[in-house]
Amino acid sequence: MLNNKWFVCATLAVAAIATGCSSTGDKNANAPADAVSPTSTSQGGVATSAGGKSTGASTPASAQSIVYFDFDSSDLKAESKDVVAAWARYLTANPTSKAQLQGNTDERGTREYNLSLGERRSAAVSAALQSAGVSASQLELTSNGEEKPVAMGHDEASWSQNRRVEIVGQ
Amino acid sequence: MLRRLLTGCLLIASLAAQADLDITVVGGSKRAQPIAVVPFQQAPGGAVDVAQIVAADLDRSGQFLSLARADMKGFDPLPVTEPQVDYRTWRALGQEALVIGQVQILPGGGAKTTAELYDVFRTQKIMTIEATATRATEWRSMAHKVADQIYEKLTGTKGIFDTRIAYVTSIQTGGRRQFKLIWADADGENPREIARSFEPLLSPSWSPDGRRIAYVTFEDGRSKIIIQTPATGEYVTFLGEKGINSAPSWTPDGTKLVVTLSFQKNADIYVIDLATKSRRRLTDSFAIDTSPTVSADGRTVAFLSDRSGTAQIYTMSIDGGEAKRLTCEGRRNEQPRFSPDGKTLALVNYNGSGYRIGLVDIATGVMRLVSDGPLDEGPSFAPNGAVVIYTRQGSSGAELATVSTDGSIRQRLRHTGDVREPAWAPYTKP
Repeated sequence: MLNNKWFVCATLAVAAIATGCSSTGDKNANAPADAVSPTSTSQGGVATSAGGKSTGASTPASAQSIVYFDFDSSDLKAESKDVVAAWARYLTANPTSKAQLQGNTDERGTREYNLSLGERRSAAVSAALQSAGVSASQLELTSNGEEKPVAMGHDEASWSQNRRVEIVGQ
Repeated sequence: MLRRLLTGCLLIASLAAQADLDITVVGGSKRAQPIAVVPFQQAPGGAVDVAQIVAADLDRSGQFLSLARADMKGFDPLPVTEPQVDYRTWRALGQEALVIGQVQILPGGGAKTTAELYDVFRTQKIMTIEATATRATEWRSMAHKVADQIYEKLTGTKGIFDTRIAYVTSIQTGGRRQFKLIWADADGENPREIARSFEPLLSPSWSPDGRRIAYVTFEDGRSKIIIQTPATGEYVTFLGEKGINSAPSWTPDGTKLVVTLSFQKNADIYVIDLATKSRRRLTDSFAIDTSPTVSADGRTVAFLSDRSGTAQIYTMSIDGGEAKRLTCEGRRNEQPRFSPDGKTLALVNYNGSGYRIGLVDIATGVMRLVSDGPLDEGPSFAPNGAVVIYTRQGSSGAELATVSTDGSIRQRLRHTGDVREPAWAPYTKP
């Protein structure tokens, strides 16, 4: 779990550098799909085929792959639209690629209910991706329920990090 | 990388586990009845001190307070047969009941205990108790059987000392969290591993004959329902559909499992025949339907549904039809479990500030809360219906707790790691 957290931090830093390079001064204008994943940072300077438009060759960075939710909710929040847009771009540009949508919840409530709530959250992300043009066959929905928390505390600070869908390229 | 992490962590084992439960009685409003359990006449070399286990069982119930052996020093010799019982002295020591006995060692490591229970005030024998063990490993069980008979005679409620509990432990080992499904005696002794995995293990559920256990694994990151025979270690992957496979619950005749599957859309309840695997869909709603439990007569299924907008408990016929809402109290109600007599439903109630265990009288719909929260879940009835075991968040992690259904007696069951997902086995020995 610690390793995983560290990995997210590292990719966050990389993403920050990457977006910094192409800064337009507007945070939202930095399409997360252009953020480079850690394995391809060396290609940062290489021209892309479509005049600066992302080919979507690499999956969006981990930092741009988590969708967060409110308590007992599977409604997508406005702040998640960049993540969904980034993955929609990547998956539509790479129709043979696949992504796993892993739903998670906080520890409150029963494990059995939370298993279903996690699935409902991945279904919500799946629906958003499909309405952005992604094929259902590219998406696999799974749920970890409350079993895979990233933060171990028993308070809202931890719970808010745990209520999430992680989008993982396959 | 991800795939490698997620594959193949399950190891089915019947090895003796190292772990144990530390059980303490943490409160009881009931007055504990003083009882003297005199050391039984027992040849040296016996597998266990039978009378000591009997006394510990009675103490752990919270309803009895056994006399310390140090306080029996005045008796020389200690009574073994009826003519040696001196009621006046036991009364002077404040004792209300007295147990004496002897253990006869049988060839092959077995034993036979013959004990007698006396009413100190009425100065009379109440009952003679017999229990046997066919091998050395059954001595503890023999002692629990003696305690069960004493308990039933004095309280009118069937004892639960000679029963078993399954639970899941979770221990951080070398940067990974390891889960074990354990099966132990009700006093936490004799723990044995049913399964071990680096992925979570969930929802253990005993078959009505106590020989098999169904549970949920997450090998490859996907849920599956396993059915295993703990005594032999044999197991089958019973269900591994796309989506969720969870919340197995047996019908009382042991021929079907009621489960949650989501392969057809979202979480719905299905009845699966164990022999033919033929399945019948019980619910078909856009809501989450999960955590089914079947009534003692096999006719009714209670389950969680959030079709009203929040999680509440509904009942319906096992043959299908209309779902009827049962719970109205509290903001949410989850994880219903029928009592062995089918008259009460244990569940998890959320009132806005905490999750607590509630008991609903099915006839009246009245709910009583019997735990303190704030993160209680996973209720499971003891086979006598008088005690519920559940998971709570303790000061050092998840622990188990029991509460008598009248709310008067509580236990904490702690483990070196997190322990949760308790399932009390039925009376029949697994």
